[in-house]
Amino acid sequence: MNTLLIVLLIIMEISQIHFLYVTVRDALNQALDEELERDERVFLLGEEVAQYDGAYKVSRGLWKKYGDKRIIDTPITEMGFAGIAVGAAMAGLRPICEFMTFNFSMQAIDQVINSAAKTYYMSAGLQPVPIVFRGPNGASAGVAAQHSQCFAAWYGHCPGLKVVSPWSAEDAKGLLKSAIRDDNPVVFLENELMYGVPFEMSEEAQSKDFLLPIGKAKIERQGNHVTLVSHSRMVSLCLDAAAVLAKEGIECEVINMRTIRPLDAEAIETSVMKTNHLITVEGGWPQFGVGAEILARIMEGPAFNFLDAPAVRVTGVDIPMPYAKILEDNSIPQIKDIIFSVKKTLNV
Amino acid sequence: LVSCFTVGQHNGLQHLRCDLHRLDEGPSVQTVLTREDGLRYYRTMQTMRRMELKADQLYKQKIIRGFCHLYDGQEACAVGIEAGISPTDHLITAYRSHGYTYTRGVSVKEIMAELTGRSGGVAKGKGGSMHMYAKNFYGGNGIVGAQVPLGAGVALACQYQGKNEVCVTLYGDGAANQGQIFESFNMAALWKLPCIFICENNKYGMGTSVERASASTDYYKRGDYIPGLRVDGMDVLSVREATRFAADYCRSGKGPILMELQTYRYHGHSMSDPGVSYRTREEIQEIRSKSDPITMLKDCMISRNMASLEEIKDIDATVRKEIEEAAQFATSDPEPPLEDLCKHIFYNDAPLEVRGTHPWMRLKSIS
Repeated sequence: MNTLLIVLLIIMEISQIHFLYVTVRDALNQALDEELERDERVFLLGEEVAQYDGAYKVSRGLWKKYGDKRIIDTPITEMGFAGIAVGAAMAGLRPICEFMTFNFSMQAIDQVINSAAKTYYMSAGLQPVPIVFRGPNGASAGVAAQHSQCFAAWYGHCPGLKVVSPWSAEDAKGLLKSAIRDDNPVVFLENELMYGVPFEMSEEAQSKDFLLPIGKAKIERQGNHVTLVSHSRMVSLCLDAAAVLAKEGIECEVINMRTIRPLDAEAIETSVMKTNHLITVEGGWPQFGVGAEILARIMEGPAFNFLDAPAVRVTGVDIPMPYAKILEDNSIPQIKDIIFSVKKTLNV
Repeated sequence: LVSCFTVGQHNGLQHLRCDLHRLDEGPSVQTVLTREDGLRYYRTMQTMRRMELKADQLYKQKIIRGFCHLYDGQEACAVGIEAGISPTDHLITAYRSHGYTYTRGVSVKEIMAELTGRSGGVAKGKGGSMHMYAKNFYGGNGIVGAQVPLGAGVALACQYQGKNEVCVTLYGDGAANQGQIFESFNMAALWKLPCIFICENNKYGMGTSVERASASTDYYKRGDYIPGLRVDGMDVLSVREATRFAADYCRSGKGPILMELQTYRYHGHSMSDPGVSYRTREEIQEIRSKSDPITMLKDCMISRNMASLEEIKDIDATVRKEIEEAAQFATSDPEPPLEDLCKHIFYNDAPLEVRGTHPWMRLKSIS
């Protein structure tokens, strides 16, 4: 056994297969660092991003490296600093505007939608707005109703915006780099509970030019019996549910959306045409949500005729987020909810 | 004819009165008006005046639709400001923006065609009255007060890029109470952004007079820790001198400054507001006869032998003709083609499919 292991390690060294585990936080940090270095028009502003190293440490070390000009601590005035960021983007810079959580972006939402998203269209192409709005989105742990809302559906509703929701470390790095290089307003929805989760980072993803395309979903797990479509942290739950179901002979295909808008409907349709069953899984509220949009598109598209059962949504419970742990745990989808829904859909 | 004239307190005919807040010195109380400048200011203001009156006409004929906020009466502000900065400086304003669109370099033709929603409009008909853009001119903004943080952001970009440019950020007496304006003041002062905040106080925010909207109507003091000055916005030279002073202040790295221009609009808030339910016709008439910016400049130049009445009449005739031609273009130019419907969603992007009104309508968006 030992000799085999040694041989394996030698082969790996020779062929330079390096496995690196990187947390989502560090992947985001790398993306920010690389893009700040690459283009001097890029800068970061937000509350506590500089001297505090970031409220969630995503911007750790950046102020030390790039200084006051590129990493700017703002007062607690979201509407004001979001507007300033948009104005700076209009005048030739490439700002990254951090919202400490997207709950606070509600105060600034007019600047995101009316000043950023719509301007290129209203000006018939005279005024582009290359800006990224980023920060943690959705439920965290024990932070209760005002700090737990998911904004994927709200921003996903608006033309003129791109809305990205990464899951893994590679997603985080590749998509953030693409978002920063994109000449349009991008809303980048991170997840606090994912920040500390380590993922294998391929050699390719370690490169400074590693980009992932916005608008393309990824199949995280192949399967033939049912399609699970999800974004952000819920992808982890789908994979966990799939592992449990595999033991019972049910093979789930798990799709990681990566982007909310533009939605990769084609990837979902292709999968549904193979598996004949669809379940969407999201942390946000059900009404008018991401899942609702996906289901509507499937109804209207070529995949409908391939469904052997109605497509369903697994979502957060339609309530403001409660505080007590037992209540909070039961306010968002759990693995058992996904398993239950799969079995119901497959009628097993 | 006299080629230039010094206007100031000494000759008693005109004085550049200025109220100061946290400033030991204000703009110069004397200034030189050259014949060339005078005629140019006159022509520009007259063009703006006629353009707005023509827009009024076209609106009543239903050729212009939706929102139309006219600037007639306030011409001296736009012209004076432009005279105090350079084309490489930046400017942003709110929705009463046709005048600024012109002073920032867009032709009357393109402005009027945008108002009538035609493809020859500066925004190809897709923006309308409140959404016209040009180089170093960031509109035209529809949400009251939202343009102020944007302007502070443009100023941040000026500072960041180190080109010694300033950003003029305009807002009205109505917007002056917006929270985001105070947020902008704070950050601009904190970071010493080269931003000239200008409050165009035309005494009414839609139908609400300043006394009914603001606990303090000294708008030039509302920046608190930001120095401020207040001048007569009906006098183009006062506005010019104040702007020059403000621009120098910002360029010297001292941070933002606030200017209040006391001015007046003859029209109501917009074309749907007759403008006489909250103010008297006598008040409007009084301003027209005693403080009209164009008349005042004309009288100033004629009385000092800087221009003849014939010359002025010639300019008027030329302007009238230009406006007629522009209106002609604006009414005859075709509307944008339907293919434009989904264009300009994203910049520098691959073509994108856009959903139409039903699932079988698949439209295409090109950058």
